[in-house]
Amino acid sequence: MPLTDSLRDDILASVPSLRAFAISLSGNGDRADDLVQETLLRALANIDSFQVGSNLPAWLFTILRNLFRSDYRKRRREVEDADGSYAKTLKTQPAQNAHLEFEEFRAALEKLPQDQREALILVGASGFSYEDAATICGCAVGTIKSRVNRARSKLSALLYVDGAEDFGPDDTVRAVIGGSGG
Amino acid sequence: MKDVKPKGGLNAEIQSRIGHQLRAMYDDVVRQGVPDRFAELIRKLDGAEAQAQIAGDSGKNEGGE
Repeated sequence: MPLTDSLRDDILASVPSLRAFAISLSGNGDRADDLVQETLLRALANIDSFQVGSNLPAWLFTILRNLFRSDYRKRRREVEDADGSYAKTLKTQPAQNAHLEFEEFRAALEKLPQDQREALILVGASGFSYEDAATICGCAVGTIKSRVNRARSKLSALLYVDGAEDFGPDDTVRAVIGGSGG
Repeated sequence: MKDVKPKGGLNAEIQSRIGHQLRAMYDDVVRQGVPDRFAELIRKLDGAEAQAQIAGDSGKNEGGE
């Protein structure tokens, strides 16, 4: 369809979640914004192929995901800075404790295989249905479900099984078991 | 200090915690809204211009005005 004002507005409205998706995928704010820019250019250039009434966010996410994939193959994680470049993209720095927990979570997320990470983000954070996520990733719905499940188990193993004391029954029980409070 | 080892399904509390952290991370970026550079880009360009831009300077880093 032609680029109408309302379509323009809809594309604009998708930018915040496209950025969040790009940052979750790449773990790098600058690269994520380049990815979003490239996605917008592609979308505008190919706007004629967008079907009226179809899912615009899913269409945009598909473009971004494919761009990231081809970019990723080229770069092979050459720019992985373990040093919290993601956190630097945030406007407000979380408080110290929350910050550590956040970094830990982000690091665990980066340890997931690419397929699992994107499936988990699309379903668990972007709020797409399994069906839409399958369309975006070009695979079967069952494949998305199993990737999401594997991603969740792996995250839980990375974050909570080894460090189960961080996640005890509750503080009262821990205080009783541990005796002295910290 | 007992191990939380999921057997059949995953511990529901852990699952909800993972879901919460994932969304918190994501929404933190979403709340930043639309940076000016993207608002400008979309306002300025129509389809033909976008095509020209992809063909013309893919990979080049132009600062804009």
